[in-house]
Amino acid sequence: MTPSPGAPAVVDGPTRWRRPPLIADARLRWALLLGALAYLVIGIGSLTVNWGRAAEGWERGLRFLAGFVQPDFVSRWGDIQQGLTESLTMTLTATVVGVLISVPIGIGAARNLAPLPVYLVCRAIVAVSRSLQEIIVAILFVAMVGFGPLAGFLTLAFATIGFLAKLLAEDIEDIDKAQVEAIRAAGASWLQTLNYGVQPQVMPRLIGLALYRLDINFRESAVIGIVGAGGVGSTLNTALDRYEYDAAAAILLLIIAIVMVAEYASSWIRRQVQ
Amino acid sequence: MRPTVSATTAVKLRVEGLAKRYATGDRALTDVSLALPAGQVLGLIGPSGAGKSTLIRCINRLVEPTAGRVLLGETAVTDLGRSGLRRARRRMGMIFQEYALVERLTVMENVLSGRLGYVPFWRSWLRRFPPADIARAFRLLDRVGLREQADKRADALSGGQRQRVGIARALAQEPEILLVDEPTASLDPKTSRQIMRLLREVCAERGLAAIVNIHDVALARQFMMRIVGLRDGRIVYDGAPEGLSPEVLTAIYGEEDWSAAGEAGAGRDAGPDVPDDDQLAAAL
Repeated sequence: MTPSPGAPAVVDGPTRWRRPPLIADARLRWALLLGALAYLVIGIGSLTVNWGRAAEGWERGLRFLAGFVQPDFVSRWGDIQQGLTESLTMTLTATVVGVLISVPIGIGAARNLAPLPVYLVCRAIVAVSRSLQEIIVAILFVAMVGFGPLAGFLTLAFATIGFLAKLLAEDIEDIDKAQVEAIRAAGASWLQTLNYGVQPQVMPRLIGLALYRLDINFRESAVIGIVGAGGVGSTLNTALDRYEYDAAAAILLLIIAIVMVAEYASSWIRRQVQ
Repeated sequence: MRPTVSATTAVKLRVEGLAKRYATGDRALTDVSLALPAGQVLGLIGPSGAGKSTLIRCINRLVEPTAGRVLLGETAVTDLGRSGLRRARRRMGMIFQEYALVERLTVMENVLSGRLGYVPFWRSWLRRFPPADIARAFRLLDRVGLREQADKRADALSGGQRQRVGIARALAQEPEILLVDEPTASLDPKTSRQIMRLLREVCAERGLAAIVNIHDVALARQFMMRIVGLRDGRIVYDGAPEGLSPEVLTAIYGEEDWSAAGEAGAGRDAGPDVPDDDQLAAAL
């Protein structure tokens, strides 16, 4: 018998192998697992459910859902139309203004482009914008500039800055350094390096993010209207206050339709710019 | 023949006592001195981590040297401020490993980006380069055989084509020297030789001096006029390619059987080309 090169070698090592666990100490591993489980059980146990109220609300919920079967677009059409126009206007303007402001902040918040002091200031702006939820910001702006779409516009623009600047900065930090180095080596200035070395690498993502934010801003405009920041949210709030669930259903269906159109449109555009 | 720096040949680039120590404490370069006469194509060889890339990046200060001087002609590159450095970088064309083209820009934009040091921001931003720059870019694309590809995006080209664009971009600067960092590291052996030949040709046509980082000893022997061997950030060999004896190679790379490493000067490789890791990676 001649040994062929593909023949299995004689087994002389261990035949058992297990992947090393994430937490090496078995006791610690089990303690953490059981602790988390116990916390979950206790947490669920501490929720007090008012079954009487839930049964009562069940009926109201059903009436709301029944509204979807027969949505009423007609009787409040004037209000709905005005609300939607307001929402779309403030969505678009807030996104454009937000993007314009967030691009320089995003560049400043990228560690590989900005000097440390600039970086820290821009990161702080991003952190403030992101830590304040839209509703809270909307309440603040309503208090400052009064009810209406201006408060909504300011809220959405503010929220856009935190979102877009952070994600843009992260994308800039991930770019291929060699391309930037090549542009610098040719004697390019800082602005030229940005324009030739960085922008082509992040542009598709920036466009994608801006479109995605447009989407989010429209949905948010429906929510912040409830606290008085104008738009279709105010119309929705009024309908709910009047128990006009058929009109509310019509508004919600329109919001869903617009979000879907925006979703398909933005994914198509993103494919084109890749 | 041993290339020497005679009084009649102008020295294009002089490196004196260059040292680089990274913040981590690693010494990348220690007391490196060399003079590059006009028209000379110098191959820088050495093991990975010997400081080849650091050395050429210290010359155009993409990496700041810790000590020593770099003189480009009469200009002390190491003493320059920001705008002076920009003007000095225009005079040094750089060609990169993995090409370093801006992938999403067109071939033409990549070649024109070699002119960025010469044009104001608004012109480059609007892509309104002076007519002379555009004419030069087309001539260069003709020279490297890529005129038809001018409007294609760089990421649509093959590896060899991309490196040709890289060469055209460097030449668009109208440089006095070329700094070339592992130009063939991700190319197959045949394309590697074509690129090396093209580099030698354009250097000869324009009287350009060049420093070429190269890790393939056979390629270095075949295409370089002078060899500098780096080991642990120090020059351990400086001389003709013919002088790369097994003893010298051992001094540069460490103990190894060098009998199959290719004979000098014959213009052919002894034995089959053993692909290195990069070539294998490129082939997979």
